[in-house]
Amino acid sequence: MSIQVLVKQIEQRLSGMGINTELALGEVTIQVPRDKLIDVCTRLRDDTELGFEQLIDLCGVDYSEYGDGTWQGDRFAVVYHLLSISNNHRIRVRTFLDDEFPLLTSVIDVWAAANWFEREAFDLYGIIFEGHPDLRRILTDYGFVGHPFRKDFPLSGNVEMRYDEEKKRVIYEPVSIEPRINVPRIIRDDHRYEKVESGE
Amino acid sequence: MAEINSYTINFGPQHPAAHGVLRLVLEMEGEVILRADPHIGLLHRATEKLAETKPYNQNIPYMDRLDYVSMMCNEHAYVMSLEKMLGVKVPIRAQYIRVMFDEITRILNHLLQLGTHAMDVGAMTVFFYTFREREDLMDAYEAVSGARLHAAYYRVGGVYRDLPESMPKYEESKWHNSKDVKGLNSNRHGSLLDFLEDFTERFPGLIDEYETLLTDNRIWKQRTVDIAIVSPERALQLGFSGPMLRGSGIEWDLRKKQPYEVYDKMDFDIAVGTNGDCYDRYLIRIEEMRQSNRIIKQCIDWLRKNPGSVMVDEHKIAPPKREEMKGDMESLIHHFKLFTEGYTVPAGEAYAAVEHPKGEFGVYMMSDGANKPYRLKIRAPGFAHLSALDEMSRGHMLADVVAIIGTQDIVFGEIDR
Repeated sequence: MSIQVLVKQIEQRLSGMGINTELALGEVTIQVPRDKLIDVCTRLRDDTELGFEQLIDLCGVDYSEYGDGTWQGDRFAVVYHLLSISNNHRIRVRTFLDDEFPLLTSVIDVWAAANWFEREAFDLYGIIFEGHPDLRRILTDYGFVGHPFRKDFPLSGNVEMRYDEEKKRVIYEPVSIEPRINVPRIIRDDHRYEKVESGE
Repeated sequence: MAEINSYTINFGPQHPAAHGVLRLVLEMEGEVILRADPHIGLLHRATEKLAETKPYNQNIPYMDRLDYVSMMCNEHAYVMSLEKMLGVKVPIRAQYIRVMFDEITRILNHLLQLGTHAMDVGAMTVFFYTFREREDLMDAYEAVSGARLHAAYYRVGGVYRDLPESMPKYEESKWHNSKDVKGLNSNRHGSLLDFLEDFTERFPGLIDEYETLLTDNRIWKQRTVDIAIVSPERALQLGFSGPMLRGSGIEWDLRKKQPYEVYDKMDFDIAVGTNGDCYDRYLIRIEEMRQSNRIIKQCIDWLRKNPGSVMVDEHKIAPPKREEMKGDMESLIHHFKLFTEGYTVPAGEAYAAVEHPKGEFGVYMMSDGANKPYRLKIRAPGFAHLSALDEMSRGHMLADVVAIIGTQDIVFGEIDR
């Protein structure tokens, strides 16, 4: 099935769900309103023409510094990458979240693989997944404070730990190192990529 | 006093069978597992966050350190995602070199998996055998990139340099006399391709050697047959990929189904299991090594006949040659810009996946038009596999957990990222 056919299929089968389809670099992205997420995901999995049996990846994104602060939309998003083994195609699903209290329904009942991926997104971005049976931190240390992949979390962290000879235990202290930028981040609007954008 | 039926055991993080820094909290009833709760993150280095602060090319070495037993495959997914966004067409010779090294990497990974898996369940010899062959392949890594493990050899637009015409040789020392050295250097007189060809001639016989140790071994079969059976439906639900998915009988291989580079020109088969147990997955990995050997042979033949460029001729992405820089102002500027600022990638997003030895390794790259990634998400196959450990080990014995960790091919570099 070619990618254009897939886009048509999706638009046809998911009409009335308020989704927004986009085709770029040979990949299909659909944007789903957060209250429709479970309906859309269930249909993506169960419809035989779509047949996305596998959740390949799930991740959080923090858009707050996108384009050096020119981002107007919502701050957080959750991005799902799905794969259909039976029909051999992929799709990306994106859902934007509320800025103040990022909350989303868990897709764990649709794909069991979401379990750890959602725990990771919770750990790193503080996104709460409603209906997740065991939403604990997964990658960071026991007792870690904050959500380290948010753009306002410093790269070198907030605390450092060491063994204290006098107290005979490991202690936490504020970090002593200064973040250092060797190569500044810069956005360039030149015309060398026009070819890519026009899809040639 | 009430009778205590179940108790909790802490396994790791310093346990040699935990393949690194896995901490498992096991709830047991006698010797039967009721629940397994893996605690991960002890090797978390925030690679994805670090990548957001580095220009694109400087992140390639980080990729080596994810799954540190299949280095070049990680790099491959990373550069592929960027090539997709930049619209770069990689020279055909570089594509063949990448495919060849991907398959070398697959053999490297499976050799380590096989050796450690066998050692975990009590067979020591396999480990020595497989590490003997890993040595040769790491020499190939070293010859081409200068590093035995963390190669940083792939670049956006090709590979760092062409294959060397000569192999480094052993020299006499107080440990090796001239007779030893002669033997050690016997297959090192030609180019890297000659060295690898010699390896591919020997390797099928060596796989037979491992098989004589394991395939019909009664103890090995008792430890792996019917252990951790995963049905095809569950394998899909749990997000399995690679040998774990094929072990459950699903014929899925990105090299065949969504071919990248020159895999569509290669002649090879994919092995599929029937029972979905540890023994099937072992057989699949053995067969994959044989198939990888076939692919390497085909690549060697092609690479011998077709010299050419291995890097795209686009100085916005690839550095110009030294000689050009001496006489050409433009080249000097390109070089300076590349090594100070790097290149910018047009705003957008891309997902590129490769058939990594462990499964589907994907890189989701997001750019806002800057010289650094805006967001980089690494989809590690082991992460999904380890999350299924609980389900796979329930009802099995404590000793089987070790066999399951081995069959899942756990490497913490990629799981913790």
